[in-house]
Amino acid sequence: MSNSIERAFAKGKAFIPFITAGDPDLDTTERLICAMAENGADLIEIGIPFSDPVAEGPVIQRASERALATGITTDDIMDMVESVRKKTDVPLAFMTYINLIFTYGADRFMKRCKELDIAAVIIPDIPYEEKAELTPSCKKYGIKLISLIAPTSKDRIKMIAKDAEGFVYCVSSMGVTGMRSEMNKHISDMIDSVKEVNDIPCAVGFGVSTPEQAAEYARYADGVIVGSAVVKIVEEYGKDSIEPVSEYIKSMKEAVSEALVATA
Amino acid sequence: MSKGRFGIHGGQFVPETLMNAVNELEEAYEKYKNDPEFVEEVNQLFKEYIGRPSLLYYAKNMTEDLGGAKIYLKREDLNHTGSHKLNNALPQVLLAKKMGKTRVIAETGAGQHGVATATAAALLGLECEIFMGKEDTDRQALNVFRMRLLGAKVHAVTSGTQTLKDAVNETMREWTKRLDDTHYVLGSVMGPHPFPTIVRDFQSVISKEIKAQMLEKEGRLPDVVMACVGGGSNAIGAFYDFIEDKEVRLIGCEAAGRGINTKETAATISTGSLGIFHGMKSYFCQDEYGQIAPVYSISAGLDYPGIGPEHANLYDTKRAEYVPVTDDEAVAAFEYLSKTEGIIPAIESAHAVAHAIKIAPTMPKDKIIVVNLSGRGDKDVAAIARYKGVEIYE
Repeated sequence: MSNSIERAFAKGKAFIPFITAGDPDLDTTERLICAMAENGADLIEIGIPFSDPVAEGPVIQRASERALATGITTDDIMDMVESVRKKTDVPLAFMTYINLIFTYGADRFMKRCKELDIAAVIIPDIPYEEKAELTPSCKKYGIKLISLIAPTSKDRIKMIAKDAEGFVYCVSSMGVTGMRSEMNKHISDMIDSVKEVNDIPCAVGFGVSTPEQAAEYARYADGVIVGSAVVKIVEEYGKDSIEPVSEYIKSMKEAVSEALVATA
Repeated sequence: MSKGRFGIHGGQFVPETLMNAVNELEEAYEKYKNDPEFVEEVNQLFKEYIGRPSLLYYAKNMTEDLGGAKIYLKREDLNHTGSHKLNNALPQVLLAKKMGKTRVIAETGAGQHGVATATAAALLGLECEIFMGKEDTDRQALNVFRMRLLGAKVHAVTSGTQTLKDAVNETMREWTKRLDDTHYVLGSVMGPHPFPTIVRDFQSVISKEIKAQMLEKEGRLPDVVMACVGGGSNAIGAFYDFIEDKEVRLIGCEAAGRGINTKETAATISTGSLGIFHGMKSYFCQDEYGQIAPVYSISAGLDYPGIGPEHANLYDTKRAEYVPVTDDEAVAAFEYLSKTEGIIPAIESAHAVAHAIKIAPTMPKDKIIVVNLSGRGDKDVAAIARYKGVEIYE
């Protein structure tokens, strides 16, 4: 049986949306996950909100604050995913900060992930050098610890890519407006460096918000990750965000799929 | 492999985006720390600009009044800019300049590190931006204006609890956005490696001086060295050269706020647990799920939910003790030192003074306590007046 991460990238270019669990409440999150799966999301990143999301911009910071203000805990989020699993087998990943996993207990956390068929964890404050904090538990329960690379990674890319599993998350800051073609060159170089040492899918996530951008990034990458743009819709519509999010996911998935046709 | 460990603590828990920046900093520091020219430049700045060595003052009135151990005050409050912070900020900005950086950014709590960084940047000709929690820009308005006078841009941070930890978050985000020309001048012995080591090395001048001055004045080492602890830079500076001298007791005084049995506290060792945050494994005030606690102290400089990794290890190995000191005790000590010795301490430093007031009377007269007076209290006068219900206008 293939791992569900492989499944996410098996059908061509993957579209990977992110949402913050518990914003505005867990019931809405559950409905959003199912709606995103129905509308073409190939893998869904569920953010477990942290009090101090140092790697996030203002949109996801605000979503984390809203979610935590409702009093939800890591266990509540696990329970919500358990309920989601009765409705969809869409590949899922958790995105959160190391302190929440460390405090929960890495072993206990990964065991629960396995039970919930969570394929991977994405932890922005675990760089390559500190992976040992999680790898024993991840290996034990078969959960992929996703490696991140950034434009500043430069000579580190090959070292990171060699050990990467699941997919490689190519991040970048937003960059300067008007420099998009240069950014694209940069990203395609990053992806080339990865592929030289490891035949692994590369997904790009950095300030992608429109279908046009998604289509463009999908020309270089195996997948496109969208975070803030989805969270922003949830911020605007709250409990009524199922429909606008569904529409958005559909348009983004179409754009990403068409990119595949264009390069095929 | 993980670097920069103190026992199980420390490490480099930062986003990949920052890894080459911290590696580059480590390389530069390794290159310059033993470079005779750099060392000489730092020594000259310490002597001619900061005014080092700072005095080791025998607090005769306080000693006689308390009737126990002899009390010395290490007068870091007499440094240029009024605290120990410049010991680190100045050489760190110099290092940044050597690295070819043209802009420095820094977090600040009480404003002391922000003022020190702004001062160093003005002296050495670098651009400077300071991030300070909105709550702190309100309670330390004077320091905000000081930073602006020094040419720095001050950003009031409105995310989270709007205090020191949020200022650190925001400075890290800013650094992630702009690495090429910018160095993050971290103000305490915290964050990812190599910061805890760099800051400690620069601050260790305090304990080196205490040792030499004590040998000169008393012909022996002190029995106790104590200092207030937030992140812990003045404390590690005061402790470091004594770590191998096992007969010297080292005591860190944490901000207990309204008490360690309340939620309004910032006493990390007394109330915290092991975690990984702000780039380091250490002890943090947090809930059972690892959400960082909204800590509280009257002192903006100690209002931080963590403690530096080297302190966490000194605690684990029982080499240093950490004790909680409440707002009330600190304010009483603030007033006591002002009236008894004519020295107005920073409210942060008053936490250490408070513990000296507690233990000195229980010790024999031939024992010696050194209190690191990390800063002066001018900045706190208005806040203390408010605390006592006195309306004054700055």
